[in-house]
Amino acid sequence: MSAFLIRRLMQSLAVIAIMSFLVYALIGLMPGDPIDIMISSDPKLTPADAARLRSLYGLDLPIGERYWNWLTAALGGDLGFSRTHNRPVLDVMGPHLLRTLLLMGLSFVISVAIAIPLGVWAAARPYSFRDYTINLFSFAGRSAPSFWLALILIFVFAVWLGWLPAGGLETIGKGGFWDRAQYLVLPVLSLTLLNVAGFTRFVRAETMAVMRQDFIRTARAKGVSERDVLLRHALRNAMIPIVTVIALDFGTLFSGALITETVFAYPGMGKMIFDSILANDFNLALVGLLFATFVTLAANLGADVTYAVLDPRIALQ
Amino acid sequence: MSAAVLGAAAGTVSGRRELRRRRLRRFVRHRLAVASAIVLALLILAAAFAPAVERLLGADIRNVDLTALLQGPSLAHPLGTDELGRDLLVRLLYGGRISLLVGLTAAIFSALIGAVIGILAGYFGGRLDDLLMRFTDGVIALPILPLLIVLAAIDLTKLGLPASVANDGDISLYRIIVITALFGWTGVARLVRGATLSLKEREFVRAAIAMGASPWRVMRVHILPNAISPIVVATTLSVGGIILFESILSFLGLGIQPPIPSWGNMLTGAQEQMTNAPLLMIWPGLMIFITVIAFNFLGDGLQDALDPRALSD
Repeated sequence: MSAFLIRRLMQSLAVIAIMSFLVYALIGLMPGDPIDIMISSDPKLTPADAARLRSLYGLDLPIGERYWNWLTAALGGDLGFSRTHNRPVLDVMGPHLLRTLLLMGLSFVISVAIAIPLGVWAAARPYSFRDYTINLFSFAGRSAPSFWLALILIFVFAVWLGWLPAGGLETIGKGGFWDRAQYLVLPVLSLTLLNVAGFTRFVRAETMAVMRQDFIRTARAKGVSERDVLLRHALRNAMIPIVTVIALDFGTLFSGALITETVFAYPGMGKMIFDSILANDFNLALVGLLFATFVTLAANLGADVTYAVLDPRIALQ
Repeated sequence: MSAAVLGAAAGTVSGRRELRRRRLRRFVRHRLAVASAIVLALLILAAAFAPAVERLLGADIRNVDLTALLQGPSLAHPLGTDELGRDLLVRLLYGGRISLLVGLTAAIFSALIGAVIGILAGYFGGRLDDLLMRFTDGVIALPILPLLIVLAAIDLTKLGLPASVANDGDISLYRIIVITALFGWTGVARLVRGATLSLKEREFVRAAIAMGASPWRVMRVHILPNAISPIVVATTLSVGGIILFESILSFLGLGIQPPIPSWGNMLTGAQEQMTNAPLLMIWPGLMIFITVIAFNFLGDGLQDALDPRALSD
């Protein structure tokens, strides 16, 4: 078990190390560099000044050396300054992260609360009308472009009915719990619709797989009611793979948050990453991207370890 | 037709015909898959006839007509016009060309990458397998959309491309095909590896190895042709996802660049006209939805039809 843990941990660390270099190199390939931005804001800078500044900031060094300088600074806690926010990167990221956690957390809890009963209900009568209907819904949810769904929600609830605000974080000058809650409804709804579609499929498939096991037949044979077979025997055993698959899906969840936040102008991590890439805010984009990668890998590692703890056969493979 | 397939089926021609009939029945039973195949065929036809429709309606898609902004459906413009007075139907058809082209091309590229990685990992096993599969797991675990956004935004001149090529309008098309293929191959790689692992133990493969066939020949002649079903299924299933990514990037302004119409970038313009012309927003999204769901249904149906495990029940 511990050997398995150590191996998986080492693998994740290796992936993070490789990804940090790749992302650093990619950000370096974005149009312009920090000195170009200085030049555009200060026309008096001569090319000689620019070259001097580049060597002063180490921008003329080879990529490996630049990465090493950045890495040592970053590990020492210095992640640099955000150009567009004029604040240290970590100060910018904190509030954005909290807002994303709120958005994703809310929609995650609601989605799971809907998807588990729905999936089990479908699995209880496989290939029935009800099962096909739920399947069709889940298929449709996975095939719908999320940004389009968000646009339709905005049109229906904000433009047409006028019940809810179209996007943003809060009414300027108002704020407060109820005001913010109103702004959260549509983003949460749009994320939830897609998550439910994805999760329901897993719950259904896993429950159906468990329902074919011998112990289910035994339970039925000894007279356990169908309801208890489903909830106490099948679902409990199906929960392990369900939890794992949902955790493995974390990268997709994060991509979904990016789209939703951008369409609803909700200032979370996803929108922050998108805006920082478009605005050439190199430090912020770099740290935001690395953080997203890190969280996704951590979720994967967590899922693997949980699975191994719950099902010891995994660690032996 | 490879020797292996003929060899495996030799003497059982009727058995093979029976297999084919069962596959077809299974496929037809999956009515949604058949309906999807028809829908996709119609979409491809419509995309192919886009220039013809354009000529028929006399509506040049690049022609901005400020006297005919946001018009409702009429004889001249069956679906009306957009915020720049361009014909919506013709733009939808051209957008379909882009989406189908990107989706199919990128899916084929990813299938090629995935097949090579999967077959190498499965055939040679051991350390190479470990390395390639950990690599695959790593790619699967990445937050794909943020990375695609960066890849769509990078400056190609910094990669050594001449500025005339890097700033060309059509380059956005090739770029999006390449970057979506970079992330799309993992499903195929896993499936092909699995198929290779089981094929490697089959008698005809062992016989070929015993007769001295080189690994390259065994993989190309004996394993790949027999692993084609999972490749086809996974490729079909990946087209939908790729089209979704393309439309998201185009919607965000990082994919296909206007004035080339794509369903994604048509929605960017439509978003601003939401209060004036909500229908402008409905059509492109609906087209994406129909195309993606059709590819998903088709893939699902093919899986039922081709999966040998499903044949036994």
